[in-house]
Amino acid sequence: MNRWIEKQRHLIDFTASSLARRKGKSLGLLVVYTLLVFVLASVSLYTHALRNEATRVLAGTPEIVLQRLIAGRHDLVPPGYVEKIGRMRGVQKIEGRLWGYYYDSVLKANYTFMVPADRNIAEGEITVGPALERSRGLAAGNGISFRAYSGELHTFIVTGVLAHESELVSADLVLMSEADFRRFFAYPEGHYTDIALWVANPQEVRNVGRKLIDALPDSRPILREEVLRTYASVFDWREGMMLALLSAAILAFGIFAWEKAAGLSAEEKREIGILKAIGWETGDVIAMKFWEGFLVSLLAFLLGYVAAYVHVFHFEFALFAPVLQGWAVLYPSFALTPRIDGVQVATLFVFTVLPYTAATLVPIWRAATTDPDTVMRS
Amino acid sequence: MIFQPAIIALLLAAGLSLAMLAAASPFAVQLIRHWDIGSGSERQLRLERLTYLFSMMMALVCGLQILSTLLFVFNADRMAVMFVGAMCAVGTLNANAYGFPALYAQLALFFLAAVWLAINRLDNQARDYPLTRLKYALLLVYAPLAALVLYLQFKHFIHLEADVITSCCGSMFSEAADTVASELGTMAPRRAIALFYTALGAAVLLALWHWRGAGRRAWGGLAVGASSVAAFFAALIGIVAFVSLYIYEHPNHHCPFCILKPEYGYQGYLLYVPLFTAAAAGLAAGVLTPFARRPSLATLAPRASARLAGIAAAGFALFAAIASVMVLRSNLILIA
Repeated sequence: MNRWIEKQRHLIDFTASSLARRKGKSLGLLVVYTLLVFVLASVSLYTHALRNEATRVLAGTPEIVLQRLIAGRHDLVPPGYVEKIGRMRGVQKIEGRLWGYYYDSVLKANYTFMVPADRNIAEGEITVGPALERSRGLAAGNGISFRAYSGELHTFIVTGVLAHESELVSADLVLMSEADFRRFFAYPEGHYTDIALWVANPQEVRNVGRKLIDALPDSRPILREEVLRTYASVFDWREGMMLALLSAAILAFGIFAWEKAAGLSAEEKREIGILKAIGWETGDVIAMKFWEGFLVSLLAFLLGYVAAYVHVFHFEFALFAPVLQGWAVLYPSFALTPRIDGVQVATLFVFTVLPYTAATLVPIWRAATTDPDTVMRS
Repeated sequence: MIFQPAIIALLLAAGLSLAMLAAASPFAVQLIRHWDIGSGSERQLRLERLTYLFSMMMALVCGLQILSTLLFVFNADRMAVMFVGAMCAVGTLNANAYGFPALYAQLALFFLAAVWLAINRLDNQARDYPLTRLKYALLLVYAPLAALVLYLQFKHFIHLEADVITSCCGSMFSEAADTVASELGTMAPRRAIALFYTALGAAVLLALWHWRGAGRRAWGGLAVGASSVAAFFAALIGIVAFVSLYIYEHPNHHCPFCILKPEYGYQGYLLYVPLFTAAAAGLAAGVLTPFARRPSLATLAPRASARLAGIAAAGFALFAAIASVMVLRSNLILIA
């Protein structure tokens, strides 16, 4: 075993110095290789982080949201619905929710107006989200007027700004009291936007949903797990599409690697010829070439991955963000939680190292099986 | 759902493997028919030269299959969130009829790959490459299996639909279900524990003995191979019947896949990696033993077999130790 390790060590030594001797060629390959890993790793790190963020954000939301439908469209929940659901087994809490959208012609953006269940806000006061704070230059104590859809002007005092940590969901949020909300939107008394239900046992969620449909046939329960699943498949799909588009780049890289490996310079050929003439076997030359590929791949993989990590988590994915994250006027600025995961690394490995290895196989073999005398004579 | 990165990667790996095997197959036929190490003819020289290329290719394919096996299970576990009723990899694999067959075929390919790599290594050490014919005959067995894996995986992935209600591991391993899995689940813990430690102990002792004896006894190697296969199945039964219960600290949760999840600290990988390594090494130790009859391998084959037996012994012992620690650290009291 020790002899084997010793031999490989010497081979690696030899390979490293031979790579160093051909700086230009090795560097060119390394740069292209690193770039490929960088692009692919950026995409996968980013989508993975987004997926995690979505899961984290949704973890605190109700298990079921019940909407009422009229002619297939979302409508207000009329009075008596919350009571009609009554006490359903397995449901911890039922709550009628009030929220709506407001178009602000100043910013040309939509806000989400909402009546919070977990905090009391006095009439005439509002709490705003961080993006609103930034774009309208609001601070605690300021007053702001909104023109309601009826044409009236309503003035509110900002009493607080929501924490920055929750920006992904609260960027465009305006929290107000129920009385203000109903007055502002001329919302009919006793009506709600939808109903939220908290279910203790995750395995009961579907049964509760089924019972809800039975009890209120004109309603539509939306389960949290369905929302999560949709997010997961949307992000995966976007990532997959990016990868499919980038497959052209992977293919080009394969051709490039083939060319690099096949285009042995006269000097390299002579080197292999001499090595074989002084007693190297074909297997040794192959091992040397294998280590060459391994060293280049490892270096490119590490460099590309680290660069992608910095790009995604320190520079907010500046290069490709528009493609993957979607768009809004009041876009939340959020920092993603760094996270590396095994599936992603293994996938990335298959996408980068595998094409390289497959493409260099034949050239390596061709180089290793050249006869020393043909090389020396030419 | 074909546009999932991990799925594209798996199909890419399977497709590339098959393409390489397909390219190598005509050569394999030629080689089996005309290989003659004693001859100096032009054809023989060409064949010898080409074996380097195809051996490299096969080594790459085998390495790839080992990676694919991991990725396949990884991915099945990850995708469970997308199916109604799925909690872990079982749900994804159960989402259509191709899931479990794809997994089994992939596992078969994994073990075949390991054995091929061991034979290849041994063959390369001998002066006259005595196993070359056998290696390429195996390649011809390997190719259809690789095609089957690609077919099953493709079918499995293309038919994955998010609105299919699949079954969770809870129902598959429950006592009410009428499957082999549930049979294992309902096995009495005492019997399962006895079977688990007996089989693993026997495998470790036999492998150790074979290793100490430098692989000189031919039937010792065969016994290592057979006991490794037996220990592998006993270990899987043990995981379903009691190890998983202790990990989940739940008397009825038998799933061998949920232990791979982050909720349980990825403990499953700690178990499966040594187990699969040991089983593959033990199997290969058994397969290599009969080659000692060939003159050029008379010393090489026993040595290789003994070394593999050593790896198998270490792997099984490590697996048993990890499983025992998990059981002892658990708060579950299964046997009062």
